[in-house]
Amino acid sequence: MRTRFQQQMEDLREKLLRMGGLAELAVDRACQAYTERDLTRCQLVLENESLINAAEREIDEMAFDVLATQQPAATDLRFILAVTKINADLERVGDQAVNIAERVMDLIELPAVELPVDIARMATAVSAMVRRALESFVEGKAELAQAVLEMDHVVDRMRDEAFVMLVRKMNEEPQVTQQALDALLVARNLERVADHATNISEDVIFWVLGADVRHHAQAASAARRPERREQ
Amino acid sequence: MGVGITVEHLNAFYAKTQALFDVNITVKANHATALIGPSGCGKSTFIRCLNRMHETIPEARVEGSVHIGDLSVYNGTSATQLRRRVGMVFQKPNPFPTMSIYDNVAAGLKLNGFRNHKQLDEVVQKSLHASALWDEVKDSLHKKSGASLSGGQQQRLCIARALAVQPEVLLMDEPCSALDPISTGKIEELIFQLKEQYTIVIVTHNMQQAARVAEFTGFFLLGKMIEFDKTEKIFTNPSDKRTEDYVTGRFG
Repeated sequence: MRTRFQQQMEDLREKLLRMGGLAELAVDRACQAYTERDLTRCQLVLENESLINAAEREIDEMAFDVLATQQPAATDLRFILAVTKINADLERVGDQAVNIAERVMDLIELPAVELPVDIARMATAVSAMVRRALESFVEGKAELAQAVLEMDHVVDRMRDEAFVMLVRKMNEEPQVTQQALDALLVARNLERVADHATNISEDVIFWVLGADVRHHAQAASAARRPERREQ
Repeated sequence: MGVGITVEHLNAFYAKTQALFDVNITVKANHATALIGPSGCGKSTFIRCLNRMHETIPEARVEGSVHIGDLSVYNGTSATQLRRRVGMVFQKPNPFPTMSIYDNVAAGLKLNGFRNHKQLDEVVQKSLHASALWDEVKDSLHKKSGASLSGGQQQRLCIARALAVQPEVLLMDEPCSALDPISTGKIEELIFQLKEQYTIVIVTHNMQQAARVAEFTGFFLLGKMIEFDKTEKIFTNPSDKRTEDYVTGRFG
């Protein structure tokens, strides 16, 4: 057994999980900040971002080191490739959380209005996707990752519904256009987080099974999604 | 041009000890095929069955069939006839130490009664070009002995010697294990070029080397061919758990 190599792989796994925890926390905080119009949580998300960025660099360096010195093959090679890609996706999840937080900081300045969109429900679904994608990585189970892929179209549908409802609201009540537009952009940010969770799940499937399922799921998801109506 | 190799139900023995068990494999012409596996797994025995070197060991014997192109190795073909078509390069470079560089390359042809000096010159030059050694030795072909060259040059000299008899198949038994990384790189580059004209079977302990030079890889374990597939499949997603454990270093 290559003890040092196995230890490096274990370190990489732990580091990525810690980063996953940070990214998940960032999304949860940003969504809570939206529903509660909480500036403190927005600031926590912004502060948290530098930790996520530092973790991304550290994980890339560790993976680079393993590739250069250990020449991993087969499942180990797939693991390293998956880790580097998941790393990039988690960093993007952090960026989306920052986008939401910044949007909320703008929203707090405006009067609160009733909007026909359930961001909290969408946030719950997206958080569950991120959490389960990370669980599939921890457990090394492709079936858990597959379940996440199947959740993506639910979030896509929520985003499409939010788009339709919010555009209608803007037409009917132009005075709430800014708030509706912010909510629409938050919904889009959340949908992108769901896409990153999907990517992570696809990378887990690649690592565990050696199967490239990218774009098949997206194609299936697109086929399920109803045509977006322009208004 | 190279020819394909078909091995069917090959069993090899050292006296009563069986070293290979029912090996079946088809090697594609003009491709490099690597054989990997832990020490004692039978990969060198296998390669030595392809040119009948196995049977030179007392009490060693072979069962099954091997075809080099349309030539049946174990059915009516003499070892001399076979080895004109199947060249071999060994782990340790073994030039004839007292012969000049030129004579080392020409040895096989001269042994076969080839005496035309002009044609010999042409073959020697062509073989040394093919083994990427010509530029380094062209001014000392008759002055220097084969043994005076560096390890990497000696190995390329042995490759030139093997190529001079114009074989169709080139067998290489850990050809770089005694060489430094620069010389190894040159031999690997050479293998890459040579497969356009020859069918190459290479035994290697260096898995990265197999991954670099071969289109197909076979994994041997305890005398059995466990898995044979495209090299990228073997090194990225092998089908057999034992292959996976070996290529990832979890073996043993």
